[in-house]
Amino acid sequence: MGILEVKGVNKRFGGLQALGDVNLSIAENTVHAIIGPNGAGKSTLLNVLIGKLIPDTGSVMFDGQSVLGRAPHEINQMGISRVFQTPEIFSELNVMENMMISCFAKRDGSFRMQAMADMFGEKDVVEKAEKMLVDMEMADKRYDHTAAMSRGDKRRLEIAMCLSQEPRLLLLDEPTAGMARADTNNTIDLLKQIKDERDITIAIIEHDMHVVFSLSERITVLAQGTPLVEDTPDNIKGHPKVKEAYLGEAA
Amino acid sequence: MLGLEKKDFNLLMVVVALSLFAPLILNIFPKESAFAFFNGGYPDLMQRFAIFGIFAIGFNILFGLTGYLSFGHAAFLGVGSYAAVWMFKLLGYNVLPGLILSVVVAGLLSVVIGFVSLRRSGIYFSILTLAFAQMMYSIAYSDLFGRWLGITLTNGETGLQVYNNDPQILMGPDSSTVPHIFGLEMSSRLTLPVGPWEFVFPVGYYFCAIFLVISFYLSIRIFRSPFGLMLRAVKSNNQRMTYTGLNPRPYTLAAFIISGMYAGLAGGLLASMDPLAGAERMYWTESGAVVIMTVLGGVGTLIGPVLGAGTIKYMENIISKMNEKLLHEWFSFLPESLEKAMVWSASWFTGEGWHMTQGVVFMLVIIFLPGGLVQGSNKLFGRRKRKSTDDAATKQPAE
Repeated sequence: MGILEVKGVNKRFGGLQALGDVNLSIAENTVHAIIGPNGAGKSTLLNVLIGKLIPDTGSVMFDGQSVLGRAPHEINQMGISRVFQTPEIFSELNVMENMMISCFAKRDGSFRMQAMADMFGEKDVVEKAEKMLVDMEMADKRYDHTAAMSRGDKRRLEIAMCLSQEPRLLLLDEPTAGMARADTNNTIDLLKQIKDERDITIAIIEHDMHVVFSLSERITVLAQGTPLVEDTPDNIKGHPKVKEAYLGEAA
Repeated sequence: MLGLEKKDFNLLMVVVALSLFAPLILNIFPKESAFAFFNGGYPDLMQRFAIFGIFAIGFNILFGLTGYLSFGHAAFLGVGSYAAVWMFKLLGYNVLPGLILSVVVAGLLSVVIGFVSLRRSGIYFSILTLAFAQMMYSIAYSDLFGRWLGITLTNGETGLQVYNNDPQILMGPDSSTVPHIFGLEMSSRLTLPVGPWEFVFPVGYYFCAIFLVISFYLSIRIFRSPFGLMLRAVKSNNQRMTYTGLNPRPYTLAAFIISGMYAGLAGGLLASMDPLAGAERMYWTESGAVVIMTVLGGVGTLIGPVLGAGTIKYMENIISKMNEKLLHEWFSFLPESLEKAMVWSASWFTGEGWHMTQGVVFMLVIIFLPGGLVQGSNKLFGRRKRKSTDDAATKQPAE
């Protein structure tokens, strides 16, 4: 029984069957990649997992509880954090403030009225944010304005914010999309480090096969909205069905 | 000090000093001098500085922090005034019950308006608040609810005022018949002639100034609090906020209610200075005025709204008093043809035309100082933007 169980999910947009009978089980403390050619339904699946889309049929259970019909902030508070394809951070605020927002969200839940306390007087939150920045090697960038940072740094901050919430499942949507090679490699190293040091399940959606094969322990190949095959990276590499999905149709 | 960092405390002290010495600063020109016209230190104007300062500080908590541009805040100002006048009518001229009720009523109204309007953001939110405020204006102007209930609630276009036959149950035989705080009348003042100068210290102004300082202090606390941080998160990236497990709805609603209560307090104070309340106080131009004040001073800065409110109210009161006769006097040293030309062109921007001046000043500030007057003063004093004292977005903690 995995931490995330997707059963019989269908999603139709008009005449297009975006997801057709998707069954997926992500085991706890693994890195699970979901790959597939363009239009395979990867993003639709991800949006179902985080409550942005409601499937027509089927169920999505996280740790025994359904995530369907819950607001995104509720799903996050259940223990699912999401990293976006384009880094989503608070770009008007500096790095430390970004970190503190996620630390407050972890400590105080989705809403707490604290209008008279000094935010830097909340020592537990400040310490936690500082520690996370040190762990992520961003301590020297503490007061930098995030809008001017490189894409790699923004990604690093976004991941740091997600980790400070101690999620049980981290969803990554093409974390290296649009990145320079050096930034991509840094991000891979960072994710490897996270995987080794923390009890965390990572689900990753990715185009870049280099990223996928250097990180994941299980891979699900999605094609035309349906899981084609699920196996270890070594078996996936030479799998005829995968070759067909990626190359056969194109050829 | 007072739970503030040093630079915030200094800023608070600046506001305290300005409020305390306003009657001196604003009467800088001797009474009989040619420039006495530019003195703004008369009670009626000073009160407005303080009251509209409070209004703009409250508005800035919503607009400056969350980015939600309300175009209907005059509704709360008007409701606050009506509530205060009703307390004068029912209880008596002590302003305290009136102020309490005006804050409470404005708070309750902002729960309703905020709950509905905050379902949308951006321009749709602005239009919803505008629609609500205009609805409130029409209701007050026609005294719709009063007519339904068969009583006088807002007294329609005449405006609500206190009559001799009102209950005023807390009034004794020797009670004051003008607004007062425990016997100290708002209209009383101390006039202090010093040589050619004449300084006026009005009770009403200082009463409002105390509220201004308290309002300013509370706004600093809110800006620096975890709650304030969350409001800035709303403005910055709503999507990241929800995917960080935070629910933006209650945060924005709380900010809306707080700023509504500030506006209610300002409305109550307006009525406390002059026990009248009229529907025109809820008209959309009043809502627009507070937007202009905040933007002119500097959106999202602490002191900006106070500066903006002061600037606008000064222009409104001084420039609108410049009539043609005065202009002729000023330009009388010129040859006649030139004088006529000067008066003709200046009259476009003075008297009734003061809105032109306001518009030009506003445009210049927006084009050259998008950060408002606060940005201007930072430039003037050579401070780099990153080090600015009260730019909320660049806050750095003391270590």
